[in-house]
Amino acid sequence: MDPAQRHPNPEFVLNQPRYQAAKILLARANFGCGSSREHAPWALQDYGFRVIIAPSFADIFFNNCFKIGLLPIILDAAILDRLFNAVKSIEGYSLTVDLQKQTVATPENEEFSFAVDVFRKHCLLNGLDEIGLTLQQAEKIKKFEQKRRDAQPWLFM
Amino acid sequence: MQTLYDKLWNQHVVHTESAEPDSMALIYIDRHLVHEVTSPQAFESLKLAGRKPWRLDSILAVADHNVPTTDRSHGIHDPISRLQVDTLDQNCDELGITEFKMQDLRQGIVHVIGPEQGATLPGMTVVCGDSHTSTHGAFGCLALGIGTSEVEHVLATQCLLMKKAKAMCISVEGRLGLGVTAKDIALAIIGEIGTAGGTGYAIEFAGDTIRALSMEGRMTLCNMAIEAGARAGMVAVDDTTIDYIQGRPFAPKGELWNKAVTYWRALQSDADAVFDRTVALDAAQIKPQVTWGTSPEMVTTIDGMVPDPSLITDEVKRHDMQQALNYMGLHANTPIQQITLDKIFIGSCTNSRIEDLRSAAQIVKGKRIASTIRQALVVPGSGLVKKQAEQEGLDRIFLAAGFEWREPGCSMCLAMNDDRLIAGERCASTSNRNFEGRQGPGGRTHLVSPAMAAAAAIAGHFVDVREIGE
Ligand code: SF4
Repeated sequence: MDPAQRHPNPEFVLNQPRYQAAKILLARANFGCGSSREHAPWALQDYGFRVIIAPSFADIFFNNCFKIGLLPIILDAAILDRLFNAVKSIEGYSLTVDLQKQTVATPENEEFSFAVDVFRKHCLLNGLDEIGLTLQQAEKIKKFEQKRRDAQPWLFM
Repeated sequence: MQTLYDKLWNQHVVHTESAEPDSMALIYIDRHLVHEVTSPQAFESLKLAGRKPWRLDSILAVADHNVPTTDRSHGIHDPISRLQVDTLDQNCDELGITEFKMQDLRQGIVHVIGPEQGATLPGMTVVCGDSHTSTHGAFGCLALGIGTSEVEHVLATQCLLMKKAKAMCISVEGRLGLGVTAKDIALAIIGEIGTAGGTGYAIEFAGDTIRALSMEGRMTLCNMAIEAGARAGMVAVDDTTIDYIQGRPFAPKGELWNKAVTYWRALQSDADAVFDRTVALDAAQIKPQVTWGTSPEMVTTIDGMVPDPSLITDEVKRHDMQQALNYMGLHANTPIQQITLDKIFIGSCTNSRIEDLRSAAQIVKGKRIASTIRQALVVPGSGLVKKQAEQEGLDRIFLAAGFEWREPGCSMCLAMNDDRLIAGERCASTSNRNFEGRQGPGGRTHLVSPAMAAAAAIAGHFVDVREIGE
């Protein structure tokens, strides 16, 4: 089961020369379904993807993407259909994603806006360490913990 | 008017980023379960940052995915598996984390041992770097599967940063038919709402059918909540919950026990609580379920047939169905009962507890597995389940029938250890995922209940357990 021993499948879309070095992955509904493993977004990131665009994502996968600096974007299924068609028919078709403005732009300058949580956007744009941020609340956590310990001591055994 | 989910959430909010209802919140974590697959990078990164675990007594660790289920006295043969288990052992030893090592009788699948030890208690927030953490919600707690970055975050801060989900109530009322189990309820629900049906929701399972389920049945149901897309599944606390917990090693004792029970009894949705979505099922209508495809929602009943893609109008769906049938090597309109099996797997965090083994043993007793079955495995969920089963003589029933009786672990639920399917092999499995390659590259998985898997082992093909009778 050594992956290095396996031959790439030439039929697989990412093995086609025209999609080499792609940074944006277009996907279908419920993308990421079936794994809590960060290995799933890690693999996509290691390949070189920075952004995934799909009509919907599985919850844990969606969260994990943000944690590692991969941006999952939700756009309408109809828009994705159009993007899929454009990518298939025009070689070298490239989209531009602007996180600051929250837009995906086509080469024809058509823009689609997407939603992203303010806090997550802030963390991604500034490359913030979430643990460091949380630890700024250390006093609050300690106080909460003490209250909990007093009320429900059986949780601390 | 709060739902159980509201109550659990509100009791754990340490801090919110803003006053908006959908603001990110810091949620305090009471119990952190750790296993070998998703923890190494978290421990390493924690160390690199010069940080220490916030609260050691909240952590319980065990290796389950990579452990061999045959004789363990010579350690682990596969180098990749061994490295993962050794790394967990080292991290736990170094940091002083409680771990049940491979030779410990208490070792087992993380979602089996948490409840078994009483380490999972009502009202807790429970996290684990594993999808099926939802299992623990059966105890009226908020149990969440998390990724590796989050494992590190919880280790370092005892908190998880998250947004509140919407609340869904799935109520099941009425009497289950003979031979119909919690597994069938779970699959029927997923068949009904789909694998994305629960996305964005925390699901509470309610109704008299659910209240009549044992704790083990409730765990099976909550275990599969994640397969319906929900991040959490839960069941309110009642006598069944409390009776199960009493006397377990990590459970409170004496004076504290009484205090805890009083508190736990309030862990119910208020009668007038409003859910964002409600789904109702009639238990009497639920039949034994069998999946035919490569997603848990590709499911039908034992008296059903493999579906026909040509009848599907939606192009994407038709294509998915055809692709699944190709992978599964199945033809449209084949009756489910004509599907023959190569292997049988009874185990996994969904169905490897004592009641699961009892129900399979009851079917198998005094019979032999079909000559066409290449391998039939029974893998108890923990060392303690195994011991209990042996005291009841279940091991002898299985062995006499031609099953193999193994050591506890995830085993053939996923292809991370020696137990796996060979390409093209077809398996009746009591696990929770039938994705392509899940049980081994090219392997074909049909998800069923333990009784259904046992019956299929005897017949060599799927049969209706309801016709076997008591
Ligand atoms: S038994 Fe299967 S689903 Fe459960 S924790 Fe192990 S690998 Fe995951």
